[in-house]
Amino acid sequence: MKIQKSTTFALFAVLELARDPEAQLATGEIADAYDISVHHLAKVMRQLVRSGLIRSVRGAGGGYKFSANPNRVTLYDVVALFEDNLASEFEVPGASVGTGIGRALQMVGDEIEDLTQATLQSITLATLLRHAARAEAATTASDIKEILTEGDLEPLT
Amino acid sequence: MSQSDTELPESVSTSSPPLSIRQAVAGDYQRIVDLDAETSSVSKPDYWREIFALYVSGEDAQRYLLVADLAGKTVGFALGEVRAWEFGSPPCGWVFGLGVTAEVREHRVGSALVQDMFDRFRRDGVSSVRTNVSRRDTLNLSFFRSLGMTAGPYVQLEYNLDEEELSSS
Repeated sequence: MKIQKSTTFALFAVLELARDPEAQLATGEIADAYDISVHHLAKVMRQLVRSGLIRSVRGAGGGYKFSANPNRVTLYDVVALFEDNLASEFEVPGASVGTGIGRALQMVGDEIEDLTQATLQSITLATLLRHAARAEAATTASDIKEILTEGDLEPLT
Repeated sequence: MSQSDTELPESVSTSSPPLSIRQAVAGDYQRIVDLDAETSSVSKPDYWREIFALYVSGEDAQRYLLVADLAGKTVGFALGEVRAWEFGSPPCGWVFGLGVTAEVREHRVGSALVQDMFDRFRRDGVSSVRTNVSRRDTLNLSFFRSLGMTAGPYVQLEYNLDEEELSSS
């Protein structure tokens, strides 16, 4: 699965704003924090406003605020705004679907797509932010890997 | 696992009466059967009779059927045990049953049951816990992920026996 830049930028922005729903951040501040293009991010922010996930605050010191429920919004909700489909690279073209090998490969693609979708749909912004807080507290790459892969027994709350 | 397990631990009502978690006793049988029927839409008295024999009356200390009581009423249950060497895995905890009545969703009953189970597994000396959730059951997946669970090192595979019948006929 290839994720477009816009999707990644949207995830950065939404998560940064959801981290503190009272906070008001300008596009430039978010772009600086993640070293990404302000111009590209501005377009992404407009789409996020249209989706209702964030709202723009006008006037001096304006910017954006998170306007959804981080316990309800999943990564999929954000990704789906920017990706037409989440099909895997195994998508089989045209007439080849009619062949046995084509159908079998298509089944592999469907399985990958299904898993991708289930993963994105099950991680809320709140859950990801808890992982992020722990990753920020970790000092080494191996600590971070452990946090993200082990699912250790310490409660996150 | 049942749909009513699926509260996302979003808010805690400060006016809620205290919740207590305990190991089930024989007298909980009918309430658990009813709770499970309510949350899974399937009544399984025989299944629960076997579970009670193994997890409540049995001698194995590493098997748990926990119940959650709220204001004198049992509102949820969790079923788990330590399993060793299945699929080559060193001892690890498994949570394989969870049900919370719809009346108390979003009161962290499911979280409290699972965290209590984690504590028991920790005391048993295991360092990881696993569960199985349908990948289409995004609410339950979200619930377990919110507790810090992530994709584990094993992949579950399935074989459709009906398909075999079709292709050989």
